[in-house]
Amino acid sequence: MQSGMNILTSSGPVAAAQARLGWWLMIVSVLVILVVGILVLVGAFRSDDGDRRAIDRRGGGIKWIVVGGIIVPAIILVLTLSFTVATEVATAAPPADPSVTIEVIGHRWWWEVKYAGAPAHTVVTANEIHIPVGAPVRVQLSSADVIHSFWIPQLAGKTDVIPGQRNVMWLQANKAGIYRGACTEYCGLQHANMAAFVVAETPAAFRQWLQTQADSAATPTDPDAVVGLGVFQRSACGACHAIRGSEALGHVGPELTHLASRMTIAAGALENTRGNLAGWIANSQAIKPGNDMPVMALRPADLQALVAYLETLK
Amino acid sequence: MATTTVPGQLPERLTRIWETAPGLYGVLATVDHKTIGKRYLVTSMLFLLIGGADAAIMRLQLTHADAHIVSPETYNQLFSMHGITMIFWYAAPVLSGFSNYLWPLMLGARDMACPRANALSYWTFLMSGVFLYTSVLVGQVPDRGWFAYAPLTEAAFSPGLNMDFYAIGLTFLSVSTSVGAINFIVTLFKTRAPGLSVNRLPIFVWGTLTTSFAVILATPALTAACVLLYLDRRFGSHFYDPGRGGSALLWQHLFWSFAHPWVYIVVLPAMGMISDLIPTFCRRPLVGYTLVALATVSTGILGFGVWVHHMFATGLPATASSFFSAASMVITIPSAIAVFSWLATIWHGRPVFKTPMLFAAGFIVLFVVGGVSGVATAANAYDLQLTDTYFIVAHLHYVLIGINVFAVMAGFYFWLPKITGRMMSETLGKLNFWLMFLGFGVGFFPMHTLGLMGMPRRIYTYSSGFGWGWQNVWVTVGAYVFALGVVVFIVNFFWSLVFGEAAGANPWDAPTLEWAIPSPPPDYNFEHIPIVASRHPLWEDRLDEGTGRTVFDGPVLDRKRDTFGTTPLDAEPQEILRMPEDTVWPFVVSLSILVIAYGLLFGLMWLAIVGTVGLFIAIIGWLLPSHEPTASPVET
Repeated sequence: MQSGMNILTSSGPVAAAQARLGWWLMIVSVLVILVVGILVLVGAFRSDDGDRRAIDRRGGGIKWIVVGGIIVPAIILVLTLSFTVATEVATAAPPADPSVTIEVIGHRWWWEVKYAGAPAHTVVTANEIHIPVGAPVRVQLSSADVIHSFWIPQLAGKTDVIPGQRNVMWLQANKAGIYRGACTEYCGLQHANMAAFVVAETPAAFRQWLQTQADSAATPTDPDAVVGLGVFQRSACGACHAIRGSEALGHVGPELTHLASRMTIAAGALENTRGNLAGWIANSQAIKPGNDMPVMALRPADLQALVAYLETLK
Repeated sequence: MATTTVPGQLPERLTRIWETAPGLYGVLATVDHKTIGKRYLVTSMLFLLIGGADAAIMRLQLTHADAHIVSPETYNQLFSMHGITMIFWYAAPVLSGFSNYLWPLMLGARDMACPRANALSYWTFLMSGVFLYTSVLVGQVPDRGWFAYAPLTEAAFSPGLNMDFYAIGLTFLSVSTSVGAINFIVTLFKTRAPGLSVNRLPIFVWGTLTTSFAVILATPALTAACVLLYLDRRFGSHFYDPGRGGSALLWQHLFWSFAHPWVYIVVLPAMGMISDLIPTFCRRPLVGYTLVALATVSTGILGFGVWVHHMFATGLPATASSFFSAASMVITIPSAIAVFSWLATIWHGRPVFKTPMLFAAGFIVLFVVGGVSGVATAANAYDLQLTDTYFIVAHLHYVLIGINVFAVMAGFYFWLPKITGRMMSETLGKLNFWLMFLGFGVGFFPMHTLGLMGMPRRIYTYSSGFGWGWQNVWVTVGAYVFALGVVVFIVNFFWSLVFGEAAGANPWDAPTLEWAIPSPPPDYNFEHIPIVASRHPLWEDRLDEGTGRTVFDGPVLDRKRDTFGTTPLDAEPQEILRMPEDTVWPFVVSLSILVIAYGLLFGLMWLAIVGTVGLFIAIIGWLLPSHEPTASPVET
């Protein structure tokens, strides 16, 4: 179900246009390499029994330079440049005004995702970007710290995420699926563990998801989860994390209101399972050294209760 | 013209005038371009080995998904130091080594125009490298990449001395590159042998000349970038801090307006070496000499107009971005001219495949692969997909290993017999070539496909499931085979010193002036300053270029350290230049800068002041006038 990151097997109009240009460049490149390679190889194997001391200046070589070094490359470059500019212009702006605008904020080392406008103005999530399939989506990029770069290879090329600057890009998925991406500007210790996912789903499913995400977290009823909420509050998790509908208002780490609905935790470093969640809370520094989450020294029973509470945040 | 004032036979007299003093004083005080050239070559090759060792460890970590050979912190330091070392302390200095050693020999001069500045450029190169690697001793190694993008390098995100080593170290190194470049330019326009007009220069000389101008114009941008970074980090300025009115992209513009010309700085002299040795092994002059010389200069100029192609993803308007895309593609033309000049020389000549020629042939193929992948990255719309993936890692290694390292290997096999007086083993040489060429192909070609399959750069780990696994095994295996080739080169070098057959003056029957004198050359280079009549002085007996014959038994200039000063274009003799004697002041200047650098690094202002006082004393010592004229007119 989840895609790879191959840039030539695209699933959206931007990436498809870029891939067409890529195929052209690849074919031309291979041809040029073959021609020159053969000329070198065949040139090398021409036998010569002549006098090694002899030096001569046979003419005619200048034609090689004029044809091979000027005329042919000039033709190839004009074609390539035309194709490139056409692709650049075609992908610069979406064909229709996007109905969905998403704000993506780069943090070291995770992505904060916000959905603007009613009815979902409160929707804030992390590392997973849900979009409706078949329609252009505008993505506004900003950074909370250093430069990152936002890249979903099968949907669109990279756009840098630069502090003090708001870059805007657009993407569109032509078929439903989960598209994996990554931060591609080196941003420090855990640059390698900063994945992003685009989840493209039918417009109806997307609206349903948005509605659910707009809800505040329900107060837990399960006894384990009630204990877990207490652990959450006692351990000051809310200093860094927000859960709408609770007293937790922190904005250092990802919002957790609908944590349990996500596929992964720690920006793609771990699958979102009960065991991984417990392991992450207990010692995230062993999994993703250098991240901002402190090591939580919890008793095993408290840890289990906390995870039970977090699991209710659907 | 030769007024004999020193008694004895001519070679002994000249040796006495030009030889370096014995002992430690001589080691520190020598201004002989050949000694300085050899030091450059050895030092830069040591940096190549250190940078290679960094890469060897990185490849162990990346061979398998989810490996734990090194910590993320260590990995980030390794890839940063690999890039910094290779690009700044190997790739350009190794070419300076060849130029320093060969230029006076090729130009028919007895030394570089500014021998003391030459010594200064070596000492600052060495000491800035020592300074950089102090970071390993104190355990605070630069870890933000060779490109060091702000604001990640600001004190808020990079506490510790790591990036101070980078900022101060590169500023220090820029003293070396600037001084060296000025020296090459003065040497070219002032101290060529009479008759060696600019249209008779080896292409290698054209390459180094072009890069010397590029260095002078490009280096200030890097120095400014590093000084601003240091001010931000240590004195609380906010040049790169967008939160306080600074700009994150300022660094990138400054850095790339330096670093893209730098790419040509580390390849143009190397291309020139290939342009000069291919004719020797094809038994004919280079096809299209003038076009290649012009292509060299125009590449150097165009190289200043393309830096934004490193920044296509920063959110530029499509028009601006497309302009830089077009400018970058135009550079293909001068490169293609060079490639087809080499091909035409091979096809219109009678090639002999000795080891240097093998490396040159391999060089042409790798040059073209690196060139076409460069066109792909110049296409802005597609570059948005390629940038910061392994495709770029493949491209830049085809450029830097293909065009720099392969040319350097060719250059070593070609010119080491001149430097050491001993031939290297052809058998080991061929083994060396095939290990490097095949290892390189196996190791670096799959990086293209890894990039197309989406593998980002600068990641210390990756998970399985992307199809990257087996190709990363290939990359590691290939890289180690390549490294084995480097080991064979080192073995061959030492083998040649012990067992190599004597080279004689001109083992390859090459056409240019450096082959007219014994191998290794005497302290004074030329017993008689040649009066040059053509582009191929040693082929004149077989190649009638209609310009007469070069005179090899002309003026001797044996009063003191004298060489000819000639006019800039036609090399008409103007004056006799009195060259400086040995001096320790360049060494003391460098040492003082090193002390200042440590003072700035550790925030010890008293230490910086001590260094500054030392620097002033050294400069005064250097500038104290001797009581002799520095130039006298030519009596004709």
